[in-house]
Amino acid sequence: MSLQELANRLQEDFATGLIKAVEWRGELAVTVMRDRLHEIAQFLHDDPAMDFDYIVHVSSVDWPDDEERFEVVYEFYSIRKRHRIRLKTRVSESDCIVDSLTDLWKGADFMEREVYDMMGIRFRNHPDLRRILLPDDYTEGYPLRKDFPLRGKGWRDTFEFLDETAR
Amino acid sequence: MGLIQIGRHDKDGTPDIITTTIEKAVNWGRKGSLWPMTFGLACCAIEMIAAVSSRYDMDRYGAGVFRASPRQSDLMIVAGTVCRRMAPVIRKLYDQMPEPKYVIAMGSCATSGNIYDSYSVVQGVDRFVPVDIYVPGCPPTPEALFDGILKLQERIMLKRVFLKQPDQVKPSLKI
Repeated sequence: MSLQELANRLQEDFATGLIKAVEWRGELAVTVMRDRLHEIAQFLHDDPAMDFDYIVHVSSVDWPDDEERFEVVYEFYSIRKRHRIRLKTRVSESDCIVDSLTDLWKGADFMEREVYDMMGIRFRNHPDLRRILLPDDYTEGYPLRKDFPLRGKGWRDTFEFLDETAR
Repeated sequence: MGLIQIGRHDKDGTPDIITTTIEKAVNWGRKGSLWPMTFGLACCAIEMIAAVSSRYDMDRYGAGVFRASPRQSDLMIVAGTVCRRMAPVIRKLYDQMPEPKYVIAMGSCATSGNIYDSYSVVQGVDRFVPVDIYVPGCPPTPEALFDGILKLQERIMLKRVFLKQPDQVKPSLKI
């Protein structure tokens, strides 16, 4: 199935959920509405013609000037059909929560936790939404947001363990 | 060797008498069998591995016996970017090493954090462990690491063994 056919098929089935589909350098990126993300992902996962059985990665982008500030990006690949698609959805800062796709792809678990850890986007129905890279008691915020200071807020310079060991 | 030899055997010229101080002999023994700990954090580790391989052969300096345990090693080569979450681990490993122990900060990241002036990267490993030798480079070549090890060996020869080390020691390194 070519990328054009893929996009057409999505357009037929989810005309109201699709915002735009862009093909650029042989890659298809589809922006969808947040409320229909899970539904479309389920279609991509279950439909025999789509058969996207592998989640490549989940990432997020911060567009600080936009009203819907954050963008969650999913990439899927079909190992049998050998095609891939990129799914994007936008969320606003006041309501940054997206449906988790862990019920469709188990591999989304850690990657969604990383997005939560670094960007502060929460995932509805995620089985275990905790910080994954930063320590659990980290309180400085979400480091990959554009308004987070580059050098952090001091955590990297605090070595509380030095007091416990005699130098 | 740093040891003083005097006297030659009359017939074949082999050394007959060796005079030295016990301190020098002990230091000579220490510098000749540095056991580094395998501690690679990033790309510098690849150069460190290359330094041990047959092409460069770190064993020539008696520093090729890499140990996987801090309890068996003398020398910690911190090779790579140190993230803040790694810092307590490094300190714990350092504390587990038996005396005498030495630390080489290999590469720009371990020395100063390099370009990674970000929220998570520690700006130099010397903020929580005492560092003996800094090896510059990004990453340093095996030759640069050897230079660091040779400098460390020179430094070990100047250390006091049976006396308390003076607080202000500025060993004059031959460059």
